[in-house]
This record gives sequence, C-alpha cells and structure tokens, in this order.
Amino acid sequence: MDKKPLRILIAKPGLDGHDRGAKVIVRALRDAGFEVIYTGIRQTPEMIAAAALQEDVDAVGLSLLSGAHMTLFPEIVKRLRKAGLRDVLVFGGGIIPDEDVAPLEKAGVDRVFGPGTPLSEIVSYLNEKLPVAR
Amino acid sequence: MPAKNDPSDLIRRVRKGDHAAASRALSLVVDEDAAAEALSKEFFKSAGTVQKLGVCGPPGAGKSTLTGRLISRYRKLGLTVGVLMVDPSSSLSGGAFLGDRLRIMEHATDPGVFIRSLASRGMVGGLTHAIFGAVHVLEALGCGKIVVETVGTGQDEVDIASVADTVVYVTTPAMGDEIQAMKAGAMEVGDVFVVNKADLAGGDKAVADLKGALGLGRSAGQAPRAWEPPVAATSALTGAGVEELGRLLDAHWEHLKASGEGRERLKRQHATELQFWIHRHVLRRALERVDGKSLDELLAHKTDPASLGRRLLKA
Repeated sequence: MDKKPLRILIAKPGLDGHDRGAKVIVRALRDAGFEVIYTGIRQTPEMIAAAALQEDVDAVGLSLLSGAHMTLFPEIVKRLRKAGLRDVLVFGGGIIPDEDVAPLEKAGVDRVFGPGTPLSEIVSYLNEKLPVAR
Repeated sequence: MPAKNDPSDLIRRVRKGDHAAASRALSLVVDEDAAAEALSKEFFKSAGTVQKLGVCGPPGAGKSTLTGRLISRYRKLGLTVGVLMVDPSSSLSGGAFLGDRLRIMEHATDPGVFIRSLASRGMVGGLTHAIFGAVHVLEALGCGKIVVETVGTGQDEVDIASVADTVVYVTTPAMGDEIQAMKAGAMEVGDVFVVNKADLAGGDKAVADLKGALGLGRSAGQAPRAWEPPVAATSALTGAGVEELGRLLDAHWEHLKASGEGRERLKRQHATELQFWIHRHVLRRALERVDGKSLDELLAHKTDPASLGRRLLKA
C-alpha cells in the first residue's frame, strides 16, 4: 500500500498575530505531501498540546515573532511530554536570536529554523527525521 | 506496560474515554494499519447508538464555525461531542491542509470535546475511505453527539447521507436563487437546511427561496414524507439562530427514533460500510497484481484493459 502521509501541526503560540510565515510553511509542507493542521493564531501551550494529542501528529512546528519564544517554546515542549507525546518532533522558527538556539534545543526543541531558511531545508529535515517509531 | 499500538490495550482505554488512545486508534484505522481490523471489529459493537450529524455544503459557508457553535450548545446540555472534519488531499502531492480545526480552537482544551481532522486521501464525495471506522472510534469513546463535517464540495456530496443520521446542509445568502436549490445532489439528502450568514443582505430571500424549492411538492409515485426538511437561519459568527437549529436537529433525531426511519438509516449506513470495505479490499488486491509485464502487454495491444482487468480480479 502507498506510504501513509505524515501529519504536522503548525501552531502560533502567544500574542503574535503575524502568521504569514506560518502559512508559507503550511503551504510548503502541503505541497511536499504532508497532512498539515494549522491551529491559527494566539494559542496557549495547553491548546497546542491538546490539538497535537487529538490529531496524533508526527511533529509540531511553532512560529513566533514576538520574542516570547524562551518562555513559550519550552512550556509547549513540557505540555506535549506531559500529555504523553514523548516522541513528537518539535521545531520552531520566527525571530529567534542565535544565542537563544542552544538553550531552546536544551529545553527540548529539536530544531530552530532562522529567517531566510529555504523551505526545501525544512522539508528535507522533516523527511529525514520522520517518522519516529511510535 | 503494553506496546503503544497494542489493540486490546487501546480498546480498553478508548472505552474508558482516553483521548490519547482514541487518537492513536483513529490513526491506525485511517492508515489502514494491520491492527485496524481488530480495533474496528470491537468498536463496531457500539455502533449506531448516538446521533451522527453530517454537516455539508459549499466551501466557506461556515460549516466549521457553525459546528463550533453546536458544540457549545451540546456542552451546555451536558453532552460530550466528537468531531471529524474532512478536508481535501492534494491529488498532486498527496498532502493536505487541514484548516477546519482552527475555527473551533475555543474547544481545544475541553475534555468533553474530541476533534480530529482527516484528509480525504483520494476519495471524492466529501469523505474519506475510513470514515466509518473513524466514527466507530468516537462511538466507542462514548461521545454523546458525533459531527462529521465533509469537504466543502457543495452540490454532489451525497455520500454523507450514508454515514450520518441527520444531514445538515449549510448554505449562505450568496448562493443563488431557487433554481440552484432545485438541482439534484446534496439538496435532495438534507434533513435540515441552514442559511448561515443570514445577517448578510439577502438572508431572508435565501431562506424563502430554499423553502420555496423544498415546498414544490411530491413527484408522482413518491410517498408522503414523515419529515419535511425545515430551513433554519443562523449566524455562526454571532450565534443567532443556533439554539433554534439545535432544536431542529434534536427533533429530527427524535423523529428517527420514533418512526423507525433511524433503524432503516443505520441499515443503509452498515450496507455502505460493507460496500466501502469490499471496494477497498478487492480493488487493492487487484491493483497489487498489476506489474510491469502486464502493462507492457497492454502497451503492445496484446491485451486490453477489460481482459487484463478480469484476469487480475480472478488471480
């Protein structure tokens, strides 16, 4: 049988309404053969974790441009793990200063993509890392 | 601890209302995993006890937002709700943008609501191959109401009538006159019609047009209908008319139970589910036998699609 499509949740946590970037990612992943669920803007970590659980996604992508990533990204990772989603890959992007990348990775974010990342790089990263054994 | 995809463990947890287990069970069923059959066999036992609403209508009519409003109403009545929202898969990439969920994120953290987005995965008609299996998971989860929202295809999504007990056809004031409403297709299978965005200009006329088209009378040979499909006017944005719509949906469910029509519909649903199963399995088995050699024969015109097809089906 044909390969089952991988499922990705794209989420916009916090009080940042700028979702052009998130939509570009959604579109690129759709065109790369992923099933993409988009939460829309202004989501709490609890909402994102609940959506990831109910949608049984392989990865969660977070987009944030407000500067609150050091608070929100680790909180979301924590909520996901608490919901039992131990293997879900977490990646993020937005306006993330270089010096924040290492602490975010330490907090459980698998990969941070900075501005200007080619879409193909994100697609190949996901194709390489997924599916994790579930 | 049992393995995460262990069917008997999943079945036990789903029956206890565990969302994580339901979510995984849905994946296995929708992906037609090896474990899916064991799950579906068990979950089928609890099929057909609660009302399944099928929400259909053209894209952008407000199906998802209206579903969100109905969820709020059911929650106030103390009912749990399970929702399946189908959006189209790309025929080019196989990918999909499942964008219904974001309309009802206000229910995201409510433990009494379970929402799952599904991709149509190549099936036309507004649904997905595994829709019955997915519904059975939600039935086993103990949901008090189940909502299935179709791809917004509009005119031709009659499959929903073989899945849902109550078909809710959602349209808007900008959808044309009564001639549009007289066309065959989804208009024939609606049990309750909704003019959403009725606060926009033309709302009253749209309701009148729909009522007019529905009230054209019976054609020769048609039996009188015990349920005449009503037309509701709503604004999913403000919530106006939602309570009235909810009461119509409840009334239809009561009608189904009292008249025996519900039993008939359940029989039709199960027949369609069987049909889907046979279709999937016979088709898959035959397609798996298509190899390069048989295609070469076809290209050399040594055989033809019908003869080859018969051979592959028999093999």
